Amino acid sequence: MSDDARLEVRKTHKLFIGGAFPRSESGDTLAVVGRDGSVLAQASKASRKDVRDAVKAAAGAAPGWAERTAYNRGQVLYRIAEILADRRSVFVDAVARTAGDDSLDAEVEVDASIDRWVWYAGWTDKLAMVLGSRNPVAGPYFNVSSPVPVGVVGIVAPQAPSLLGLTSTLAPVLAGGNTAVVVAAAATTLPTIALAEVLATSDVPAGVVNLLTGAQRELQPWLAGHRAVDGLDATGVADADIRAIEVEAADNLKRVHRSTITDWLADDAQSPWMCATFLETRTVWHPAGR
Amino acid sequence: MTTDTAPGDIAPRLRHGLSVPSGLLDYAPAPESSAIVHLRDSYGLFINGEFVAPASGRGFATINPATEAHLAEVAEADATDVDRAVTAARAAFEGSWRDLPGRERAKLIFRLARAIQERSRELAVLETLDGGKPIRESRDIDLPLVAAHFFHHAGWADKLNHAFPGRNPQPLGVVGQIIPWNFPLLMAAWKLAPALATGNTVVLKPAETTPLSALLLAEIIQECDFPPGVVNMVTGAGATGAALVEHPGLDKIAFTGSTSVGKGIARAVAGTGKRLTLELGGKGAHIVFEDAALDQAVEGIVDGIFFNQGHVCCAGSRLLVQEPVHDELMARLRRRLDTLRVGDPMDKNTDVGAINSREQLDRITDLVQSGVDEGAAMYQPACDLPGNGFWFRPTVFTDVAQSFRIAREEIFGPVLSALTFRTAEEAVEKANNTPYGLSAGVWTEKGSRILWVADRLEAGVVWSNTFNQFDPTSPFGGFGESGFGREGGWHGLHAYVKVAQ
Repeated sequence: MSDDARLEVRKTHKLFIGGAFPRSESGDTLAVVGRDGSVLAQASKASRKDVRDAVKAAAGAAPGWAERTAYNRGQVLYRIAEILADRRSVFVDAVARTAGDDSLDAEVEVDASIDRWVWYAGWTDKLAMVLGSRNPVAGPYFNVSSPVPVGVVGIVAPQAPSLLGLTSTLAPVLAGGNTAVVVAAAATTLPTIALAEVLATSDVPAGVVNLLTGAQRELQPWLAGHRAVDGLDATGVADADIRAIEVEAADNLKRVHRSTITDWLADDAQSPWMCATFLETRTVWHPAGR
Repeated sequence: MTTDTAPGDIAPRLRHGLSVPSGLLDYAPAPESSAIVHLRDSYGLFINGEFVAPASGRGFATINPATEAHLAEVAEADATDVDRAVTAARAAFEGSWRDLPGRERAKLIFRLARAIQERSRELAVLETLDGGKPIRESRDIDLPLVAAHFFHHAGWADKLNHAFPGRNPQPLGVVGQIIPWNFPLLMAAWKLAPALATGNTVVLKPAETTPLSALLLAEIIQECDFPPGVVNMVTGAGATGAALVEHPGLDKIAFTGSTSVGKGIARAVAGTGKRLTLELGGKGAHIVFEDAALDQAVEGIVDGIFFNQGHVCCAGSRLLVQEPVHDELMARLRRRLDTLRVGDPMDKNTDVGAINSREQLDRITDLVQSGVDEGAAMYQPACDLPGNGFWFRPTVFTDVAQSFRIAREEIFGPVLSALTFRTAEEAVEKANNTPYGLSAGVWTEKGSRILWVADRLEAGVVWSNTFNQFDPTSPFGGFGESGFGREGGWHGLHAYVKVAQ
């Protein structure tokens, strides 16, 4: 190091809970080992208590997010794409350094992620048209079925592709009007927490998205077993663990979805049916008469 | 009116509430004949298009819950029989059914719908004999809905590409279906019709206390010339159901029943990749605002909780009344209760029939006792109950706190728990204060309030200014611990197809 070289300023990677960036309640950290084998950072190692805090924040934010107009939610999701695009180079760098995330070119992955947020931003006010129905019952009744959010969705994010996998599981959950608690693998800490910083500046209400990093395999049973979590995206759960996770989820009959996507750039890696996974159908009847 | 003064009384007759002027509602007995039903001594399992003896040779009796009379002996399927049925269903799926053109499947299901209409009186009488529900309901509600469900779904069979455009809908394969005893034939229809229309084959397990109408349906399916193995029926109790759930040869399980059994099935299916839909219990809230049309609301409340003896997963078992109209509404409700006719389900004037089984009667009795013990005020009309069979008086509790068991647990009987509220926000909060989320009702003359409340009720079905309406085009199913998946309509169809994302 030459005399006139200045020291770089390193970032502390913290959790994202309720719109704030706390360290883990445990005080524990986990080394993030990069693609080149070097230690990139210390991830906050979320604990069971952090999962509970995050679920509490998500549950608290759920009614407000669900009550926003679909138009408004669409604009918030679009705003995420705007800020993500603005910080494109940050994400390209983070993805390029993430271990295990080498199946896609980092620039391709980041651009696809930006486009995916835009795609889902456009779905918020169309889901009810595609997934709802006016039912011609055999009697003098008005009868209509509409999609409504399940509430709080837990997401065990895929390990790779880091940013695109996280985006592809999180965006449909938000588009449908749910709030989310994401448990991400420590290796994906850089893009995960960078996304948290985007969310924090994109008009996403506090608590709508909560991102936890750390030992994903330790955390996933707490998320799957939490009774205030209504749905579970288990895409990041390993084959060896899926049975145990689904048993935990059965305790309050969570809606469980586990994506089988292998090509995350493909057309079918985005779908309104991924939103539908975490939507209930509510049917309302009313008599018709003079 | 009393039992001993009714002239020409041949069925057990009932004395109605004392508040009704004597003679005003005096009906002569109007018994439906059971001659139309030809019971066999014993029934086999329906496997590969034939009625066959169970491997174990074992059977169990099914009785008439209104008289405790023995009706027939029914085969008890074990894991060997279940395997035989699943094997037959797999062979039928791969051998013919999945490749049959949709229009041919459609015609078979249409044919079945018509055959059911043709024999609907026979099926209705059998349903009432085996299950205890009033003949008026099995004749006017269950059977018409059964036929309509098949008729509606028949038309989908050759139009699936229009239901899911661009998504190449395909059948799942072999589906295991387990149904309850409260609407034996209607639940069979809800399960079979969408499964068959979408090209799946089925192994169905009817409930052990009400197998007979499903077995008659199997005969009708046979007569309609369905290919052997497309529909199979295995009778038995919980062990038979468990053997079906655990069979590795199934692509999907569809279950209607209690939440505790549903959770057990979800655990058993965990990690297997089998699809699962669950239609489980409920503790439906029935909200009455002060501006509601009270007499109509009373009829809705009565329909909501006393229809089918309250053996209804979507029953409106919690009444939430806005404080200013509580006393008036409850007075009218009590008066209406006094006019309900409880007794012989085969009498065409009966409103409330027999409790389905002694086990269920014991559960209702236990929960009602807990309501009394916890301090709620109980009202029951002063009606006579027949000596034999299983009966429970229509019951309304007031002074109920949300913490009472009768406000939290599904009773699955003719028992209503009434609570009060002041504001719409409080009504919604109380209505949603349950892990269940199947149904809810709202009574008000204010349209905007209906929509505001309906938007906030965590319930799969919201009946506003009506209750307990069903239709094959209308999706039915719950939020939360009332299960997942829908039955009926386009949403129900989706539960039986594989589609491209």
